[in-house]
Amino acid sequence: MKRVGLSGNYAVAYAVKMADVDVVAAYPITPQTTIVEKLSEFVANGELEAEYINVESEHSAMSACVGASLTGARVFTATSSQGLAYMHEVLFMASGLRTPIVMANVNRALSAPLNIWNDHSDAMAERDAGWIQLWVTSAQEAFDATLEAFKIAEDVLLPVMVNLDGYILSHTYEPVVLPDESLVREFVPSRPLQNRVSPKFAYSIGVVGPPEAYYEMKYQVVDAIEKSRKKIKDVDKEFGDKFGREYNFVNEYMMEDADYALVTMGALTGTAKAVASGLRKEGEKVGVLSIRCFRPFPKEEIVALLGDLKGVGVVDRAVTPGGPSNPLFADIATTLYEKGRRPLLQSFVAGLGGRDVPVDDFKLMFGLVKDVVKEGKSRPCVYVGLRE
Amino acid sequence: MSRLKGWKEIPIGGTIVEPGSSVEFDVSSWRTYRPLFDKKKCTKCGMCWIFCPEGAIKINDDGTYDVNLSYCKGCGICQRACAVKAITMVKEG
Amino acid sequence: MTIGFRTIKEVPKDEFLAPGHRLCAGCTAATAIRQVLKAAGRNIIVTTATSCLEVATSYFPQTAWRVPWVHLGFENTAALASGIESAMKALRRKKKSEENPHVIAIGGDGGTFDIGLQALSGALERGHDFLYICYDNEAYMNTGIQRSSATPYSAATTTSPPGKKSIGQKTQKKDLVGIAVAHEIPYAATACPSYPIDLMNKVKKGLEVEGPALLHILTPCPTGWRFDISMGIELGKMAVLTGLWPLYEVENGVTRLTVQVPKREPVKKYLELQGRFKHLTEGEIKIIQERADRLALKFGMGPLRQ
Repeated sequence: MKRVGLSGNYAVAYAVKMADVDVVAAYPITPQTTIVEKLSEFVANGELEAEYINVESEHSAMSACVGASLTGARVFTATSSQGLAYMHEVLFMASGLRTPIVMANVNRALSAPLNIWNDHSDAMAERDAGWIQLWVTSAQEAFDATLEAFKIAEDVLLPVMVNLDGYILSHTYEPVVLPDESLVREFVPSRPLQNRVSPKFAYSIGVVGPPEAYYEMKYQVVDAIEKSRKKIKDVDKEFGDKFGREYNFVNEYMMEDADYALVTMGALTGTAKAVASGLRKEGEKVGVLSIRCFRPFPKEEIVALLGDLKGVGVVDRAVTPGGPSNPLFADIATTLYEKGRRPLLQSFVAGLGGRDVPVDDFKLMFGLVKDVVKEGKSRPCVYVGLRE
Repeated sequence: MSRLKGWKEIPIGGTIVEPGSSVEFDVSSWRTYRPLFDKKKCTKCGMCWIFCPEGAIKINDDGTYDVNLSYCKGCGICQRACAVKAITMVKEG
Repeated sequence: MTIGFRTIKEVPKDEFLAPGHRLCAGCTAATAIRQVLKAAGRNIIVTTATSCLEVATSYFPQTAWRVPWVHLGFENTAALASGIESAMKALRRKKKSEENPHVIAIGGDGGTFDIGLQALSGALERGHDFLYICYDNEAYMNTGIQRSSATPYSAATTTSPPGKKSIGQKTQKKDLVGIAVAHEIPYAATACPSYPIDLMNKVKKGLEVEGPALLHILTPCPTGWRFDISMGIELGKMAVLTGLWPLYEVENGVTRLTVQVPKREPVKKYLELQGRFKHLTEGEIKIIQERADRLALKFGMGPLRQ
């Protein structure tokens, strides 16, 4: 074990190396590039025994990953934003063919206008692709989640996307504890060769699913991701036992006796927590809940932790233009409604295209949640920090 | 038609695990003509066999050729391929 | 070096494309793929782009493939093949597997010339050891005969219909083998199932070379070209005999005509067999004849039969 200064991207690259992947197929895109640069370096100097496929696009990156994964190889790719959008159709093929690919998605806004900075619109646009989505809040978590992702993916035969915020996490150096490689290998042993593409069996894969079969095939993905909840929990527990860090589906902060809470994802969580801590000192019973596993959505945890609160503010870092609400809010509201729980919900949008979300904005959001509870009625979505 | 498989019974990802199972699919009803092979004229050249889009031409023990009518769609490529006119296309009754 | 087939008698009896597939009666793409698989043998993995061939051979719950086969999407079959080839290489090197099959990627002309050209170029450039096969029926037949960049000049398709202001397809076919050769790959060739020995020996060569190989196969389509379903193989022969489809190979940059045509047939004999050229006037036929003459000159075919 050693403690080193690593950026979020490098933390991911180290996890991939320690997991001894067989194939990396990737295309560079800001702010993901330093992951694939580091991996190229590992391969070039022999630290990682893998085939690195310098594909000509993200579409081909994901396509090559599917092919490689079907042979039984352990497979990794990374992308951001437009790259993820370019992969769009292949993401559905990857889950439909049940290929356990692990991908780091370094969250970045989608064009237009062109913007290389952080928000969550890229991953949110792929929430229905049948991928497990993990979201991290630190470089350490990026390392840990990447390792967990291989284990989860290969067990449930679904692809896993590890999301880390562009720049805020990807390029910020933080202390990261790197476990001994031997321990990592124990945790994620070399993938047992459950290959489906092999001259041994002559299977036909990726066939035409006519109306009398497509539905059943699609439901297999629905079932698999539902059942992945248990595996995600077990893997996290095992990770905790081995490495001393556990994450669960959600990360709760001062939620025990809270009346009000903000729900966040990714790096915003840190600032939200700091503000909550300050408000607590002023006697406000506030908490923060951050979603670590977005797909499958942590329904039980949401109901248990938010169901009895007075007010909940949901901070979306993505928008659904013309929709009834933004993506995270929609999921929270649906989850609570289904269980007949009705805390007042207030929708916020913040931090699009890398816009900073400072302490004052969080104070404003906590304040507004308290106000709407007093008023007994939530307001239309508040676009925090937007200039008139 | 046999009972359709439920979601638990279909191999994951819709994988088809029986190679060549299309032989169960009946294409013979597509046919309006069928080839008749005259063994006596056959020179065993194999052109009908190599050009058949279906793989419907079978090889007899004596090296002559014949058609497997379960698989023949009746295109007549074999007839055109036969230099000695050992194959004639006859209308299906 | 493997010795090629000399006669049909030497061709393996194995059928790796099973009957019962749903390709049209008289489809020469089916003939071509049967021949490809006979030449390639059992130790292969095939990927196929979305196409006639793909939908007609893998309609759940039945498959016509007797070799391992994967379809992913329309434009990415070369990338899919890249992933399979690289993974098997990695697994062998890491002693996780000993399997060493040939990888064959198959696309139609739309999936190769148009939407799949980027993935193909990437895979050729990266030098994967695989054989790419384009079966070219000169339009998007699977969706109902729309023009592609492989459709020849003046052909009628549903999106290049002739009319008062249109002669049909306005442009000429891309030179796919030329594009492949520009990547400096070790082997590229044209073929046609009407010349099975030539086709199968080219498959063998393509698999034998280290690195990428490309085979461009003309597969006449009775449905899209509008000719009698018995005539596909004859059409292929006529394409070759007119000089419109020269059979050649480019081995490490050296071009060689593999089927000589001592006396070429006039293109009119080829065109008049097909409904897609029914609207042509002598003017267009002349333009097409000139193209055949240019190709004949380029590849060293014989003069036009007088």
